[in-house]
Amino acid sequence: MTEKLQFRDPALAREIAQKIRETALKDEQVKFCHVCGTHEWTITHYGLRSLLPQNVEVIAGPGCPVCIVPAAEIDEAVQLAQKGVVITCFGDVLRVPGSNMSLLEAKAAGADVRVVYSVSDAVEMAKREKDKEFVFFAVGFETTAPATAVEVLGKPPENFSFLVSHRLIPPAMELLLGVGDLNISGFIAPGHVSAIIGLKPYELFPRVYRMPTVVAGFEPIDVLMGIYMLLKQLAEGAARLENEYSRVVKWEGNPRALQMMSQAFAVTGGNWRGIGRLPNSALRLRDEFRAYEAREKFNVHVEQGKDILLGCECHLVIIGKIKPDECPMFMKACTPAKPVGACMVSSEGTCRVWATTATRSTK
Amino acid sequence: MCLAIPARVIRVDGDKAQVDFGEGVLREVNVTLVDAKVGDYVLVHAGYAIQTLEEKDALETLALWKEILAAEKE
Ligand code: SF4
Repeated sequence: MTEKLQFRDPALAREIAQKIRETALKDEQVKFCHVCGTHEWTITHYGLRSLLPQNVEVIAGPGCPVCIVPAAEIDEAVQLAQKGVVITCFGDVLRVPGSNMSLLEAKAAGADVRVVYSVSDAVEMAKREKDKEFVFFAVGFETTAPATAVEVLGKPPENFSFLVSHRLIPPAMELLLGVGDLNISGFIAPGHVSAIIGLKPYELFPRVYRMPTVVAGFEPIDVLMGIYMLLKQLAEGAARLENEYSRVVKWEGNPRALQMMSQAFAVTGGNWRGIGRLPNSALRLRDEFRAYEAREKFNVHVEQGKDILLGCECHLVIIGKIKPDECPMFMKACTPAKPVGACMVSSEGTCRVWATTATRSTK
Repeated sequence: MCLAIPARVIRVDGDKAQVDFGEGVLREVNVTLVDAKVGDYVLVHAGYAIQTLEEKDALETLALWKEILAAEKE
């Protein structure tokens, strides 16, 4: 596909940047919020903030599915590992701090913790090593949850179970609107979450909250176009739901994925690191799949964990209230090599993205 | 972690497919969530194809961008 080249055409990017400057209301401070670590990566990596007028700001909301896993759930994974169960997880999850230790530290102390590229790799391992118990630590938003659903419904072997930590994005977006002084003027909705859920779950933002909302892709031009479409709505005094990423995101999303998700999971309340409990924001296995629920199978339940270490400002970074470099520890006590908070651990975490991107604009 | 990468399907075998991420990077992915045929493009996230992509849709995006920009010029 010729996608890559054309979707990064610098001349087109400049043209859109020019349009953005012409369209932005001159005398008004505008703040758009995205909720996707990959959007933050594109924005910082390509220095897109430097192309925006002074009064147009783009902030990062809770878009890192690894950063928002509460310490209590890391603790559960660590306890499972300490019981001799093999924990399989995505690489990003390894170093996320728990209340006492991360999975990496548990591994260093002798636990069997294995990084997998996909949940199906974990299932394959369990089939090969029948004498061991395997747990897949299922972290991720709606982009990732369907894959877990496929394996839940696919009758995994008896020595396999799931520690489900999936979270849903729209409830987190709704939360941001309630954060008093955040003053968001529009949402850039995440492209790949939307590839699954489609546009319908965002309808309430323009309708109920009069919040312009644009689903955008991940090429620099996608993001610039998304910003431009939001500014146009503001200039018109309108609040609509628009789809910039129509080459991937369909109105109905991926119906098969949604169907499998709802067969495997029920929606429930869940804790988010740095945010607290959000109703209807998490997934749990449906009762008929109880046999695959690792918490029950091994009787591991942690109610409360230590989410934020003293001095770490992750809880403010996660909801976009401060930028990473406003945290006193940023690149001092807290670096990618020695992360203090979850936002510095994951490659999608805002602190990590800022720390590893040379073209970062501190605007 | 929500990044998904396009790849071309070169072989389908039940719910598995061999896909090409370009530059000779081949990988087996699970295609349960999509209807993938040989030659299609799929968007792959953590070993699962989550959506099919059509070249025509990609071209439409480019057309849409140009249209939006052109509309402003009048
Ligand atoms: S820089 Fe480190 S300590 Fe500060 S908010 Fe980010 S992760 Fe937490």
